[in-house]
Amino acid sequence: MEAVVDNLDLLLEGFLRTLTLTALAATGALCLGTLVAAMRVSPLLPLRWAGTCYVESVRNTPLTVVFALAVFGLPKAGLGLTFFQFALLALTLYTGTFVAEAVRSGVNSVAPGQSEAARTLGMSFPQTLGLVILPQAFRNVIPPLASVFIALLKNSSIASAFGVAEATSRMGSLIEDNPSAVLWLLAAVALGYVVLALAASLLFSRLERSLAVAR
Amino acid sequence: MRVRHTAAACTAAVLSLTLAACGGGDDTASPVPSEEVQEFPADSTMAQFADAGKIKVGTKFDQPLFGLKGLSGDPEGFDVEVAKLVAGKLGIEEDGIEFIESISKNRQDFLKNGTVDFIVATYTINAERDTEVDFAGPVVVAGQGILVKEGNPEGIEAAEDLNGKTVCSQEGSTSAKNITSMFPEATLKLLGGYAECADAMRDGTDGIVAVSTDDLILAGIAANNEGDFEVLDATFTEEPYGIGLPEGQEDFCEFVNEVIADAYENGELQKIFDETIGAVVERELEQPEPYGCDT
Repeated sequence: MEAVVDNLDLLLEGFLRTLTLTALAATGALCLGTLVAAMRVSPLLPLRWAGTCYVESVRNTPLTVVFALAVFGLPKAGLGLTFFQFALLALTLYTGTFVAEAVRSGVNSVAPGQSEAARTLGMSFPQTLGLVILPQAFRNVIPPLASVFIALLKNSSIASAFGVAEATSRMGSLIEDNPSAVLWLLAAVALGYVVLALAASLLFSRLERSLAVAR
Repeated sequence: MRVRHTAAACTAAVLSLTLAACGGGDDTASPVPSEEVQEFPADSTMAQFADAGKIKVGTKFDQPLFGLKGLSGDPEGFDVEVAKLVAGKLGIEEDGIEFIESISKNRQDFLKNGTVDFIVATYTINAERDTEVDFAGPVVVAGQGILVKEGNPEGIEAAEDLNGKTVCSQEGSTSAKNITSMFPEATLKLLGGYAECADAMRDGTDGIVAVSTDDLILAGIAANNEGDFEVLDATFTEEPYGIGLPEGQEDFCEFVNEVIADAYENGELQKIFDETIGAVVERELEQPEPYGCDT
């Protein structure tokens, strides 16, 4: 127990790093995923194709492998980034696929009459998608998006093995320092993740309620 | 009991000649139990193991040169051979040894809850660990060293030069902890393993210019990547690798210490070293001062 209390500053610092990584990756993944979803429902075949290729290749690769490819592969291709930037890249690319699929399912859930009406009014495809379809689609996919982002929060712990001193990495070091306090340290870190995940759940359920419409 | 006959034949050779003579006639790499099994007092820990004819040994399965479980399915390396040596002296044949993977984080708990009977797993003896488990040995003494790119482009002469540099080590390791406490000005990056650290250093990822852990492990990496890296002659800690035992088995601890002392005397330990770690590092072993069993 003392091991946890004495090193609370280190653990909190780790969680701050976890939170930063997660927030940045979530923002990136949301933008990337929305873009890819738009590509996958666009009328242009090459765009649909590119979107499908990206989703199916990255989504079906284990995250640890994506990390290893980024951290040990990209430098050999001449891309030198910091470990944090590599982790951010890996998490964004990986989570982006899940966001894309969630958003695409949302797009498909919007009644076809909506896009037909927009087209009848003379709207282009980007206008139809951006002004009519996506706002309704997002409303429908908030619960699955919440799951995706909570998974992202937990997935960020893989960065601990790739040079980022986030919460799980701090836990590893602290266990080495205090071998007798293993259970306390594990419990404290698990609790930290649970608290963060619950906060995210709460945020998303608020969002869901505030965006709800009567149908 | 076939092994026992070989053992007896071997014993004669060991006693009269040298161990090398014995090794010459035996093409298996593992040391055979090389003494007729001694009698143990009935209530001793050793007698329990000897009567059971089997023993559970914790070792690493992912540590090249020390304990590595490859495609053959059997762990191999220095620690594994030392474990076989100890078990052999208890009169336990190789079939009777069950190797259980023990990683750094679970070693103490495995000893405390009886998952394993003893542990040989690059287990550094230190006072804090000694409050929870007992240590026989040390078997060998490694030291934390520094691996840099070939030609030492950063001009790191002594360990103190690590201050201000970016150093890579393994997540949750003693080596990482030592860097933080001894060189507070150094930037520490933690990766999943030392081979990964070396790879990141080769690419210069995130400014890594040095990798630090026990010199024997670094030498293994340098040997596997010939011409890419060099190990500096600048060890800054002593890492006495011991054999971990559960608390309160002083008799067993004394026994293991005797086994180690004998193995030093008759050259058996040097032979084990040469056949495992010797592939990449040549070294004349000297027996370290025993840590002592009275705790």
